[in-house]
Amino acid sequence: MSRPRAYVLVAIDANTVTAGAREVKNRLSAEIGRRGLGGEVQVVETGSFGPADAGVVAAVQPDGVVYGRLTPADVPRIVEEHFFKGRPCAAFILPGERPLPAPGAADSRRVQREGRIVLDNCGRIDPDRIGEYIANEGYFALGKALTQMTPGQVIEEVKASGLRGRGGAGFPTGLKWSLCAPVKAEEKYVICNADEGEPGTFKDRLIMEGDPHKVVEGMAICGYATGATRGFVYIRGEYRLSVERMTRAIAAARQEGLLGANLFGAGFDFDIEVRIGAGAYVCGEETALIESMEGKRGLPRLKPPFPAQHGFKGKPTTVNNVETLANIPAIIRNGAAWFRRFGAAGTPGTKVYTVLGHVNRPGLIEVPTGVTLREIVTDYGGGMKSGRFHMAQLGGTAGDLLGEAVLDVPLDYDSMQAAGHSLGSGAVLVMNESVNVRSFLHACMRFFLHESCGNCNPCRNGLRILADITARLKTGTGYVDDLECMEQVCGGLKVSAFCPLGQSAAAPVLSALRYFRDELQEGVGTASRPPARSSGRFSAAPRQRTGPWPSA
Amino acid sequence: MTVAEIVHSRGNSRENLIQILHDIQDASGDHSLHPAELQELSAVMAIPVADIVGTASFYTMFSFRPRGRHVIRLCESPPCWVMGEEDLRSALEARLGITVGQTTPDGQFTLETSSCLGTCGVAPVMSIDDEVYGNLTAEKVGQILERCAAQDRA
Repeated sequence: MSRPRAYVLVAIDANTVTAGAREVKNRLSAEIGRRGLGGEVQVVETGSFGPADAGVVAAVQPDGVVYGRLTPADVPRIVEEHFFKGRPCAAFILPGERPLPAPGAADSRRVQREGRIVLDNCGRIDPDRIGEYIANEGYFALGKALTQMTPGQVIEEVKASGLRGRGGAGFPTGLKWSLCAPVKAEEKYVICNADEGEPGTFKDRLIMEGDPHKVVEGMAICGYATGATRGFVYIRGEYRLSVERMTRAIAAARQEGLLGANLFGAGFDFDIEVRIGAGAYVCGEETALIESMEGKRGLPRLKPPFPAQHGFKGKPTTVNNVETLANIPAIIRNGAAWFRRFGAAGTPGTKVYTVLGHVNRPGLIEVPTGVTLREIVTDYGGGMKSGRFHMAQLGGTAGDLLGEAVLDVPLDYDSMQAAGHSLGSGAVLVMNESVNVRSFLHACMRFFLHESCGNCNPCRNGLRILADITARLKTGTGYVDDLECMEQVCGGLKVSAFCPLGQSAAAPVLSALRYFRDELQEGVGTASRPPARSSGRFSAAPRQRTGPWPSA
Repeated sequence: MTVAEIVHSRGNSRENLIQILHDIQDASGDHSLHPAELQELSAVMAIPVADIVGTASFYTMFSFRPRGRHVIRLCESPPCWVMGEEDLRSALEARLGITVGQTTPDGQFTLETSSCLGTCGVAPVMSIDDEVYGNLTAEKVGQILERCAAQDRA
């Protein structure tokens, strides 16, 4: 069988498809065929390369050339110049984009490996071909775990790696597994939480679209470690391409005997199904997700009992984020000591961020934990697109609003906690001075008000109050004590909301009060809060109110 | 497919309810769940109608009101808001002559807002049916709607 001399890898992900990547890919195949180059140049679909606003992106390997902003009309010229005449077509080369080394290139492979753990295959392999994943050491970790390690040793290795949950909360992954492993039950489950609803976060989507087998392998290893035999990937209903790629990956793994009965002859059975959500932010919370998987309203459950004891259908269940699971194969393959070489000492590894807003190069990056916000904005985001840095929201809408004072705090769980912040899901929304803090907060509160499940009083009413206050501040008509009122409501949310949705909704408000109080104060007018109205239902005399909670 | 066939293909079990509701809505022709079909579903799955409606109404992707041939979902999450979502909303409303939540009189478009569509790198975005459009401006929105209408006529 002859091997092609060049591969064109077209990034097919949600961002590039929006820009017309499928049309470009089809045109490339047609044009290459028309030129009679079909046997020499192969067009391949791959996952995201990282940049999100570079239009249709394609790389040519092994030439190491990255083209960007392609349209179908550009294709004949590229095929003519690059593949027919054999010289890269300078007009379409994406400036500033370092080409990814080709798979198998000896020393570049090492360089590559040192920078990326989760995304090492994204943009380099065809996610729909299991052979390409296997050729890049895929499923080696599963084989190693099943044939050379006991479940206890797998858990110890994950514990020793120091990996913490990448969904936002940062709970130690090994510890989570060790809670589920000893529980006796006729059936246990592994759930991959791919209900990525945090605004500004799309890393899980690009991992599933770019390297779905890594998630499959991570889940199988988790299943072995915790004693689970069935896995579920719960994917947002909006993520059609992720659903397709994960479904195909699972089918391919089954075909190759990497899912199913008696894997690697080690007597371990494991299989995975895809479940689809239907649009509810709160389902990202693990117990709400489990309720939804059971075919019910996605209302969070009271904890404890935790899913490790009482999860899906009442059985012990381990729920992990997509990115967390995608870290597992590399940890098992290379060992915990290798993993600890990356990032900050207390929270080793890398973190995948989506950088967006007013930066020159929005997109997906994977960096060691401990880089600073300043580095992300200037080095990876390419600096501010226009204006001056004003603020950044880290970790999605449930994340803290950070001012310049925090630009140099290392982004890892411990340092951020020491500074009074959380790392969150990985979204970095950068804003220049054209964005008004008061209006932005209102947009955040509007979001939470819509997404609150309404089950508990602090969240249902607290968010209504916060949305009303921010609406007033936005128009400069805040009551004189509105800022204090916000503070109190947020305090109430933090301690008494039933689930993390309500608790974390306080984060943008409290951090804004910390860094942008002057700006918020500008929204306060001269009016006092009107006296509370009595419904008159229980007593003729107006009630004395002690708190800031206005009546409805 | 009939409701019974859909249930059979997914498996008659409560845990498949959300997927079954997706299938029924996709097959409805007007992107919505109809009372008669929910009655039938209730009988087939032995789940009270109130329970089914209660479950479906929790999720934004299900609708009980008939929707237009194309469902436009404008993302109103903060990242899109920062990049100019409000201008798009005005442009869409003006162009279609309806407000968010309504359907054009000719039944062609329904305009809805949505939480994050996960394509924030190209914010502001909207989706029409399964297709996502990014880096939008008021002008681009007009072109996209025209192209959509032209495709329908063809």
